[in-house]
Amino acid sequence: MSMTMAEKILAKAAGKKEAEAGEIVMANIDVAMTHDLTGPLSVESFEKIGTENVWDPEKIVVVFDHQVPADSLDAANNHLIMRDFVKKQKITNFYDVREGVCHQVLPEKGHIVPGQVVVGTDSHTCTHGALGAFSTGIGSTDMAMVFSTGQLWFKVPETIRFEVEGTLAPQVYAKDVVLNIIGQTGADGATYKACEFAGETVQDMSISDRMVMCNMAIEMGGKTGLVEPDQKALEYLKARTDKPYQIMKTDLDAASLETRHIDVSELEPQIACPHNVDNVKPVSDVQGIEIDQIFLGSCTNGRISDLRDAAKILKGKEVAEGVRMLVIPASREVYTKALDEGLMSTFVDAGALVCNPCCGPCLGGHVGLLGPGEVSLSTSNRNFRGRQGSPDAEVYLSSAAVAAASALTGKITDPRGY
Amino acid sequence: MKGNVWKFGDDIDTDIIIPGRYLVMRDPKDLAKHVMEGLDPEFHQKVNEGDFIVGGSNFGCGSSREHAPLALQGAGISAVIAESFARIFYRNSINVGIPLLEAPGISQHLETGDEIEVDMEKGVIHKLETGEEFTFKKLPEFMLEILNKGGLIPYVREQME
Ligand code: SF4
Repeated sequence: MSMTMAEKILAKAAGKKEAEAGEIVMANIDVAMTHDLTGPLSVESFEKIGTENVWDPEKIVVVFDHQVPADSLDAANNHLIMRDFVKKQKITNFYDVREGVCHQVLPEKGHIVPGQVVVGTDSHTCTHGALGAFSTGIGSTDMAMVFSTGQLWFKVPETIRFEVEGTLAPQVYAKDVVLNIIGQTGADGATYKACEFAGETVQDMSISDRMVMCNMAIEMGGKTGLVEPDQKALEYLKARTDKPYQIMKTDLDAASLETRHIDVSELEPQIACPHNVDNVKPVSDVQGIEIDQIFLGSCTNGRISDLRDAAKILKGKEVAEGVRMLVIPASREVYTKALDEGLMSTFVDAGALVCNPCCGPCLGGHVGLLGPGEVSLSTSNRNFRGRQGSPDAEVYLSSAAVAAASALTGKITDPRGY
Repeated sequence: MKGNVWKFGDDIDTDIIIPGRYLVMRDPKDLAKHVMEGLDPEFHQKVNEGDFIVGGSNFGCGSSREHAPLALQGAGISAVIAESFARIFYRNSINVGIPLLEAPGISQHLETGDEIEVDMEKGVIHKLETGEEFTFKKLPEFMLEILNKGGLIPYVREQME
């Protein structure tokens, strides 16, 4: 039977030869990730189930990233609950406050390989499909099930394969491509589906760029993002892990596959406007809108390539008067590289605030919250009402290049020409 | 189940249901004080035990935070009825024991303040004032079983015994 990548991976995880979209399978989990914010609820549910030990401490990864360092007593208490759980359950893959955002840390530390089933108590767990794993976000009770049994049921999804063709113009990035796709598909256009990204443009993309694409699959309702692993993916892995992997690819005649073609050769930088991610417009339609805060960071665009793109535009210049710019590298590795390359001094000299690797203002629960009436331009993935603070604030989403160019002018600015 | 309707629009996301800054809490009663705060800061004072939320399409989109269904549960919401639901929210709600009823077209027929009665077994929503009836997609058997046991945890515990 011809199958999609998603069907093949889930079939294997369920110990079956074949799996078909719509079927419910019980899959063995390869990696189970939780973090400081949704972890405590998972631990509480796990304790309610009453199993004494987790199924496999080596397959669990705990990352502190949402509120690090603790910004309140409640956050500190959550950290204590998780440190205690880690110790009691002998979990070795524990990244305390110093390491960075979970979706950057997991691939960096070699936890993700092609063919795995990965679950995380975070909706952007779909990021890891960039390395060819079936990776999806789940809730805390589902995670408690996984902690106890190592298994979880899934409805095998249908797949939408976005075949992206065309060379990107200068200052147009993966973020613009995926925002454009979301704008066309709609916030619920891919609900329950696996979103596969393919075509020559995706083949040309770096692993970081592919992570940007997969990261945002959830913003159109996708269950996971996926990219077929190629030589580039294998090189990325080689430096990080020697775990065994299995490369699975979509059969193009699979019954549950729908292919959509997108040409990006004429694409201009894209902006998602308040308060929905699918409210996407070309930058030329919204340039000039005044901004109070710029956030460069997150599991979408806080990688070294993003910092490089932004630093190139900011070098030797200054962030506009009255604008706050926050630069938050997605991980310690990114932070160190940026230091070595001199990017951090570019940011600091420009008047930006550089923070420790963490989620920052992305979810409005830690640093850099917005007050009523304020406007933010953010390289993250969500602009829902109240997402970065006050429900009366507005969040626009863009690439790192748009963020940097806008920081210089204090208004949404087209980065072409910078 | 009988109660009053509170109606919201399309794409009601998890940041609206419970904003990120409250995720440090875990008790449904504490979370309930901030439920739907972004759209209606007084919502938690107005809602009564047993009431229903009616939404448009893609209800619950966004994050995997189980705090969202817990906040609704803490506020006494007995079920959410919507045109369609986002995937993770759907699983989470069933897991914590809140029924989600998918009823395409429902937002044209119900308004805030309507009194309704829901028959889970038959898959029917009765609008009491007019006597109108609307159907919803009946839940798969094993999800009904999870709901009847009060959520996934009691369900799993019983299976393990
Ligand atoms: S950076 Fe934002 S989207 Fe990514 S994990 Fe953190 S809060 Fe979630």
